[in-house]
Amino acid sequence: MTTTPEGVSLGMPQLPAPDYPDDVRARLERDAAEVVARYPDSRSALLPLLHLVQAEEGHVTRTGMQFCADVLGLTTAEVTAVATFYTMYRRKPSGDYQVGVCTNTLCAVMGGDAIFESLQEHLGVGNGETTDDGKVTLEHIECNAACDFAPVVMVNWEFFDNQTVASARQLVDDLRAGAQVEPTRGAPLCTFKETARILAGFPDERDGAVEASGSAGPASLIGLRLAKGEATARVVHPRDGGPHDEPQDSVHEPSPTEHLSSHDAPQDTSASDPAHPAGPVAEEGE
Amino acid sequence: MTLATELKDTSPEKLLAPVLSAFWDEDKSWTLDVYRRHEGYEGLRKALAMSPDDVIAYVKESGLRGRGGAGFPTGMKWQFIPQGDGKPHYLVVNADESEPGTCKDIPLLFANPHSLIEGIVIACYAIRSSHAFIYLRGEVVPVLRRLHEAVREAYAAGYLGENVLGSGLDLELTVHAGAGAYICGEETALLDSLEGRRGQPRLRPPFPAVAGLYACPTVVNNVESIASVPAIMKNGKEWFRSMGSEKSPGFTLYSLSGHVASPGQYEAPLGVTLRQLLDMSGGMRPGHRLKFWTPGGSSTPMFTDEHLDVPLDYEGVGAAGSMLGTKALQCFDETTCVVRAVTRWTEFYAHESCGKCTPCREGTYWLVQLLRDIEAGKGVMSDLDKLNDIADNINGKSFCALGDGAASPIFSSLKYFREEYEEHITGRGCPFDPAKSTAWADKRTEVNA
Repeated sequence: MTTTPEGVSLGMPQLPAPDYPDDVRARLERDAAEVVARYPDSRSALLPLLHLVQAEEGHVTRTGMQFCADVLGLTTAEVTAVATFYTMYRRKPSGDYQVGVCTNTLCAVMGGDAIFESLQEHLGVGNGETTDDGKVTLEHIECNAACDFAPVVMVNWEFFDNQTVASARQLVDDLRAGAQVEPTRGAPLCTFKETARILAGFPDERDGAVEASGSAGPASLIGLRLAKGEATARVVHPRDGGPHDEPQDSVHEPSPTEHLSSHDAPQDTSASDPAHPAGPVAEEGE
Repeated sequence: MTLATELKDTSPEKLLAPVLSAFWDEDKSWTLDVYRRHEGYEGLRKALAMSPDDVIAYVKESGLRGRGGAGFPTGMKWQFIPQGDGKPHYLVVNADESEPGTCKDIPLLFANPHSLIEGIVIACYAIRSSHAFIYLRGEVVPVLRRLHEAVREAYAAGYLGENVLGSGLDLELTVHAGAGAYICGEETALLDSLEGRRGQPRLRPPFPAVAGLYACPTVVNNVESIASVPAIMKNGKEWFRSMGSEKSPGFTLYSLSGHVASPGQYEAPLGVTLRQLLDMSGGMRPGHRLKFWTPGGSSTPMFTDEHLDVPLDYEGVGAAGSMLGTKALQCFDETTCVVRAVTRWTEFYAHESCGKCTPCREGTYWLVQLLRDIEAGKGVMSDLDKLNDIADNINGKSFCALGDGAASPIFSSLKYFREEYEEHITGRGCPFDPAKSTAWADKRTEVNA
């Protein structure tokens, strides 16, 4: 984050961020008023407002932070302190689709490390980097509360469960080709900006978005099926022939050149991403 | 401990008790229509016919304990709210499910959000709150969509808003999406975050019941705790107490994951064992055996195959040296390197440490450095004692429980698998092949054979 386009600072204070164009600002002010009205204290609206400005520009800019500060009567320092604390706020321009591979222990062990490794190679980008076409930003993420569907990949925070190296490669190829991609749990993908608007608290108005992908994923129903004496649950396990298995393998049968044997596996597991060390240095990026 | 254990019966019909998950397999299970068809909002009607204090007493007598990890009695938390103090009271539902391995609240909210909303209305009636919040982690947009819709439906049906069902209760419910920070699962950090600040824990006392959100009396409850309340009101506290044990009554969601044949959600009376859950669901993946597992997420000390018969309730798991936590049963088989697993968890804690207190901020950082070296075969024997020492300086000495959680995998893995650490050091590297641990490892072997 220290490398700005302006290069090395020579001691001149940074100029105030440029304002939004008037029409944009007026529209955002209307949205912001709606957000602020949900809370007894206006400052509580800061997190949703940061999602809102991210929905405008795809990442949280100085202009966006200035806007939040103006609306809430805070200093830009106060807003910056919050914006830099939370990992969902991006601090640089990124792709339309944020592809997050879970590499927390369980998903990593079940194949998340291999998937992340493979996607980096396939896309030619590292952690937090975006493909040249501006479509896909790749990153590894922490546990996303879907361990019974491991390994999990999230795209714009929709669930792609029970992934394989082949299915994940197919997924990013489809995203880059502009194909309509549907998650295993969640609604047909919208762009990162549109997702950020939902996070700001504005419901997804698309037809069928709420009901897409059904009531619950197969793993969520395993116990219920057993309790109801539905014997099939004991025979058909999701990993041995469940609904997610078939399309993945039939759509893209891995060729011998990309088959998954040990040479495909990550070699340096714990330091799987030296570019993203665990210390506070990485958190703040400066 | 439980009746089921004594019977040695592994029939799932007898061992499982789907309540919250009872109709997740129905079409549009998240809608108000389906919820009502399953006697939804009947618990609320019963509660509104009682006095608020009686509702608190009833929940207390049911024995319901917090499902977010600590197991604090829910009714007692409600009772701590000072009444007649003239201040606004708040209910904040902790839906920031981020503990590694934990995956119960997210499927619950995806398939049955109205159970939470009904529980919220009951709780707010009891503690005299007119504004509740659901703090949902931001990274789960499909769940956020359904919460938005469920809340809209509940307002339209008169379960939220002014004069709920003619009871005189006015209630606003705000769904608030977080922005990515594990620490916000800690209740006081969550409150700071909800106030629009960096999510850092607060010094306690004062506890949230006295000075919580906006310095007003606040109850912070886990999703599953609140969602369990309607069923208790509807079916009665005796029904609830007929499940589980004396001190750990009721039903709960167990989340089985990892190298098991059938990962997923299993709702059962408290006190079921991992052996029973594995027996009924096909066990570990074929040809493999259990090596280590967590009873309630990565912050709870790990168990081994010696602990298969530990009753999974608050007392049983506690007596065996761990914590029930979130009942996130992450199972790893013999292909998994325990050093790799612990290193990754420790990297997580270091990444998520909020930086407020020194033991956690510095300690987790140095644990990661040591563990990475050991895993890469660059460690020395004295590193193992150093790991223990650093973990000991974090555990109990940090500002909040994140530090204790970070120490748990270190202590417990050194206790059960010290030889494996030593092997990494003497053998100058990791003896495991990560490719063998993947979900597709065995399938590929067959294909390529």
